[in-house]
Amino acid sequence: MQEKLRRTMMFVPGNNPGMIKDAYIYNCDCIMFDLEDSVSYAEKDAARSLVFHALSTIDYGDKELVVRVNALNTPIGLDDLEAMVRARVDVIRLPKTETAEDIVFCDAQIERIEKTIGIPVGTTKLMAAIESAEGVLNAPQIAKASTRLIGIALGAEDYVTDLKTNRSPEGIELLFARCMILQAARAAGISALDTVFSDVNDEEGLIAEAKHIKQLGFDGKSVINPRQIQPIIEVFTPTLKEIQKAKAVMEAIAQANKRGSGVISLNGKMIDRPIVLRAERVLSLAKAAKILF
Amino acid sequence: MDIVTTGFAGTMESSDIMVTVSKAPGAGITIQLTSSVSKQFGKQIRSVIRECAESLGVKDVNISAIDQGALDCVIKARVKTAIYRACLSTDYRWEV
Repeated sequence: MQEKLRRTMMFVPGNNPGMIKDAYIYNCDCIMFDLEDSVSYAEKDAARSLVFHALSTIDYGDKELVVRVNALNTPIGLDDLEAMVRARVDVIRLPKTETAEDIVFCDAQIERIEKTIGIPVGTTKLMAAIESAEGVLNAPQIAKASTRLIGIALGAEDYVTDLKTNRSPEGIELLFARCMILQAARAAGISALDTVFSDVNDEEGLIAEAKHIKQLGFDGKSVINPRQIQPIIEVFTPTLKEIQKAKAVMEAIAQANKRGSGVISLNGKMIDRPIVLRAERVLSLAKAAKILF
Repeated sequence: MDIVTTGFAGTMESSDIMVTVSKAPGAGITIQLTSSVSKQFGKQIRSVIRECAESLGVKDVNISAIDQGALDCVIKARVKTAIYRACLSTDYRWEV
C-alpha cells in the first residue's frame, strides 16, 4: 500500500469563499480549512456554514481534506465537530491538545456523531496539534490516544509564547518539541507534521527549515501561502541518485524472490528491512513529485 | 423558524455574496438581487436563495443579496447563516 503523503498542508481561512473555491488548484497534499485562529469570533457561524457547504459540494480531487476546529471546551468547537463530521471531512485537526484525555473526548464526540448519522465508526480521522509545553511533554500519550489519529503536529507560535521565547531563524527553541513530537509519532506509527513558516517572503529561510525538519524525519509542513508549496515539495523530492539506488534495491529484492532466495544483496552488501523501507519511501516521494511513474 | 431581527452574512469581496434577511409579515418570500451576472445566473441565484429559506421553514421574509460571483455552495452558506442570525437561532440543521 502506498504511504499517504503529507509534505504540504495548506491552511485556508474558513470564511474566505475565494480561497476556498480556488484551493484545489494548488499542488498541496492536504487542504486545511481553518475555523479557529483565522476566523473572528463574530464570524465563527458563517465560516462553519461556508466550509460545510464547500466540503459537501466542491470536488477537491485526491487531496486530503482537514478542518481545524475550535477548541472543544467551547460550544463553538462542538458545533464545528457536528458540522464537519456530517460534511464527511477526512480529518479533524484538534488545536491546543494538551493531554491524551483531550483526544479521547474528541474521539467520543466524533463517534457519537458518526453513529447519529449512520456512517461507520472510525470514518473520520484525527490530527492533534500540540502547541504548549504540557502538550509536548504528553506527546507520547497523545499520539497513542486514539486509533483515529493519523498524525500529530507542532503549532510553534503558541508554543514559543508558552516557553517565554520567540522563533529564531535557526529554530533552536523548537528542537526539543520537534524531537518529542517526532519520536511520539513514530512510536505510534503516525505522521509527524511541522509548524508553519510565517515569513512568506523569505523563501531561503523556508527551504532551510524544510531541510532541517526533513532531516529530523518529519513527513511535512503546514503552509500559509501557496507560494510555500513548491519549495517544500522540492526539498522532499528525492535526487536522481537516491531514486536509482532505491530502484536497484527493489530490483535486487525482485531477483532474490525469483530465485527463491531469502538472502538479498546488492553490490556485495546485504539488504535488510530498514534499507527496503527507505527505498520504498524514496520511490513513493518520487512518484508523488511526478518524476517517477 | 421565525424572523425576529435583521440578519446579515457575507462580504462584498469577490466570490462572496452579501445577504440581508429581514421580517416581512404576510409578504411571503421576497428577494432583491444585485449581481453583475444576474442576466446569466439571476434565475439560478434566486432559486437557490428561495430553496434555502424554504428548507429552514421561513415563510415571510425579505432577502436582499448583493452577489460578487458566488458559487451556489457559498450562496447557500450565506443565506442560511443570515437566516439563523435573523432568527437568533443556533439550532443548526446540517443539510446540504
